[in-house]
Amino acid sequence: MAVHIDTRRRVLINKLVMGVSTGAALAGLTMLVWILGDVALKGLSAINWDFFTKLPAPPGEEGGGLANAIVGTLILTVAAALIAVPFGVLAGTYLAEFGKTEKLGAAVRYVSDILVSAPSIVIGVFAYLVIVIPMGNFSGWAGAVALAIIMIPVVTRTTEEMLRLVPIEMREATLALGAPYWKMMLGVIYRAAATGMTTGILLAVARVSGETAPLLFTSLNSPYWLESLNEPIANLTVTLFNYAMSPYEDWQTMAWGAAFLITSSVLALTVFSRIILMKRMR
Amino acid sequence: MTSNLVTKPKHTDPTPPEADAVSETPPRDAVRPPRKPHLEASRRGGRKVEKAKVSVRGLNFFYGEKQALMDNTLDIAEGKVTAFIGPSGCGKSTHIRTYNRMYDLYKGQRAEGEILMDGVNILSPEISSLELRHRIGMIFQKPTPFPMSVFDNVAYGLRLRGNMPKSELEGRVEQALKDAALWDQVQDDLHKPGTDLSGGQQQRLCIARAIAVEPEVILMDEPCSALDPIATGKIEELIEEFRGRYTVVIVTHNMQQAARVSDYTAFFYIGKLVEFGDTDTIFTNPRKQQTEDYITGRFG
Amino acid sequence: MSRTATSESQIPEATAPRRAFGDVAFKAITTGFAVGILLLLGAMFFVLWRESALAIEAFGPGFLTSAKWNPVTEKFGALVAITGTLVSTVIALLVAVPVSIGIALFLAELAPEKIRTPFGVAIELLAAIPSIVYGMWGLFVLAPLMSAYLQPALGGLFGWTPFFSGPQMGIGMLTAGLVLALMIIPFIASVTRDVFRMVPAQLKESAYGMGATTWEVVKDIMIPYGRKGIYGAVFLGLGRALGETMAVTFVIGNAHRLNWSLFAPGNSIASTLANEFTEADGDLYLSSLVALGLVLFLITFLILGFAQLYLKRMSAPGSKG
Repeated sequence: MAVHIDTRRRVLINKLVMGVSTGAALAGLTMLVWILGDVALKGLSAINWDFFTKLPAPPGEEGGGLANAIVGTLILTVAAALIAVPFGVLAGTYLAEFGKTEKLGAAVRYVSDILVSAPSIVIGVFAYLVIVIPMGNFSGWAGAVALAIIMIPVVTRTTEEMLRLVPIEMREATLALGAPYWKMMLGVIYRAAATGMTTGILLAVARVSGETAPLLFTSLNSPYWLESLNEPIANLTVTLFNYAMSPYEDWQTMAWGAAFLITSSVLALTVFSRIILMKRMR
Repeated sequence: MTSNLVTKPKHTDPTPPEADAVSETPPRDAVRPPRKPHLEASRRGGRKVEKAKVSVRGLNFFYGEKQALMDNTLDIAEGKVTAFIGPSGCGKSTHIRTYNRMYDLYKGQRAEGEILMDGVNILSPEISSLELRHRIGMIFQKPTPFPMSVFDNVAYGLRLRGNMPKSELEGRVEQALKDAALWDQVQDDLHKPGTDLSGGQQQRLCIARAIAVEPEVILMDEPCSALDPIATGKIEELIEEFRGRYTVVIVTHNMQQAARVSDYTAFFYIGKLVEFGDTDTIFTNPRKQQTEDYITGRFG
Repeated sequence: MSRTATSESQIPEATAPRRAFGDVAFKAITTGFAVGILLLLGAMFFVLWRESALAIEAFGPGFLTSAKWNPVTEKFGALVAITGTLVSTVIALLVAVPVSIGIALFLAELAPEKIRTPFGVAIELLAAIPSIVYGMWGLFVLAPLMSAYLQPALGGLFGWTPFFSGPQMGIGMLTAGLVLALMIIPFIASVTRDVFRMVPAQLKESAYGMGATTWEVVKDIMIPYGRKGIYGAVFLGLGRALGETMAVTFVIGNAHRLNWSLFAPGNSIASTLANEFTEADGDLYLSSLVALGLVLFLITFLILGFAQLYLKRMSAPGSKG
């Protein structure tokens, strides 16, 4: 071994950096366990049968639940999906089928990718200005529209990706039978991409079901059962916010319960759709 | 990378053939350039390799459970060019990747046996793979210019080894680029990204980067497979130049290339070293039927 | 890729008018919705601009530089909120970027094969946790720890600077920045990991073959090679941090005051909107809030635009480091 190079220092630095990197990853995992652990520990103690079946109790009174907020969040999410899914699927179809090379396609793709990460509170402001002000009051619809605006770009881009995965042979085979393009899309291609598109939609639903900011001044909140989407509507996230910021310990406990419910549903939905997606991508 | 192989050995003769008398028949490959006289002379001695730089003894290699090399034993002659040929997945790439312990990077890959470099077993855990790799340069199938300037690419290995006066660094970079026949084309563009060069130039940049640190051995893993014939010719000229200065081991799919550039040739088949000898003999008078079948294009 | 990609050229030429009508209509409808996304963006800018006109008229460019925010006298300026947004974001990035690169490095290079996927999924799950949960956790768990341990420690060490002086209440700019960092680490880490994974194996092996250590390969090869992708990831995290509302609102303290101390409560654009929008009683008050929203939208739009440009260039084939 003729060459003597001082590699000891370099090896040491390497070990140091590798240690720090491993530490960072472990810290990340620790935070996850810590946050989820806290949410589960503090949340589970608030969860009981009443939590799912009763209306909120006034501060100071025992008991009560968040039944109206749970129902409200479900309704808001479904309403948002009803608006966003057709919109997003059709726009995504354009991107996958017609807009691959066109400038319009590039522009739509670019704007969608930006809107995916746009501040949701600004979308809330927008929904307030175009729906709450003209209607004259806070309403479930305004909240649903705000959530839909957040969903649309997500659905658009996943639809595009899933349609792209359908092999070209399947298109050619259908067209060769004499089917017009639109019938091929409706009858064959959407069906072939259905699993992927559904999981994409589920991911978008998971994303918006934990949103708070766009609902703060659109659907607002309510201590009652909902009667119509034209009125303020109770929902879990805004309730969580109000309760957590309140000085009442009962309410803060309820807030942890809401946090547990939201987090576990969002994570379950996310994991579920990811598993399906991973199987499909293979 | 070579694919994993588990196959029953069809034919057992792991030891390299004894020294064969140099065949007097002319090379049958028309592309083969005439041999340099001193090389012919050195070969007439009858010994298989006159001085072994690397001695491989009973090398076995495993990808997890799968054995990819079986009991390879051969000597790599110092200052000579040794070519490894064989069909895809025969283990020739796997074999040379043991010389610089590249497999260390991957979990589950391990080598058994001995690889003696100047008499020291480099597979021993006491040998630092970093220092080993300073002594062994490697060129890959695709050019791999680093994301930095031409100059920094060539200076990379020198800088890893520690500080060096700027003038010396510049001198050695220039010399390496000249030795790689690239200086004339890049001397005004030393600070442009290495990725801006053409494919052939990129590969010569990688060669310059490897020789800048004056390695003892240069491993080339199909260095021309991504290059056009002209660029390939230039690389082969470089290999000619390196003869005597460096110990070169080249893996190639191209049998004409092996015949053109090498002094010794090893034929691998499913992890076994089938035949090893001087290039003329292997290509004109192979001892094994398998070797003949392969070089005449009957399989592979 | 090429076999699954489609383009317009695959639409057969119209053979019969009826068939052509169906296809034309189909294309027109889908194009219409695609354009709808552009219109949506246009509408957002237009409406926000129109509704902030009152505030812009009243305060002019001084809106951006005034630190006054007084609903009683109806004097509004965005400086405190903008500063708070920027400061909390800078703190978040200072913490998040090195940690994220460390995590990405671990996931792409160091972790044993078996734990790479579960670890990667765990990090991505952190990104799926709703931001309000981060905020709540920050208020109830992190803030008390801040005031009990981190703030006294920092105050003891750096209390002589204005940045770490003043009352240690737990909530405030520093806590907001740390919660934000927690939120964006998963984003930056998982994008950076994908960028690291795109570095060709032969390129890394070439550097290892020169005798480089893993850290040297990362520093000299992988980070420069993936530079654009990493910028994209950081900009993405930046965009998210700037607009993040709930995680910040819980812990920033909601005070309209400029303060040098990072322990002091402050306000960000998003938290101001979250706290005050429903209470805005005057037209000018509301318009000023909308103007804040417009400022936030413009900043994040630019940042996210850059992020997408970088990420696209990274994923484009044949991109050069």
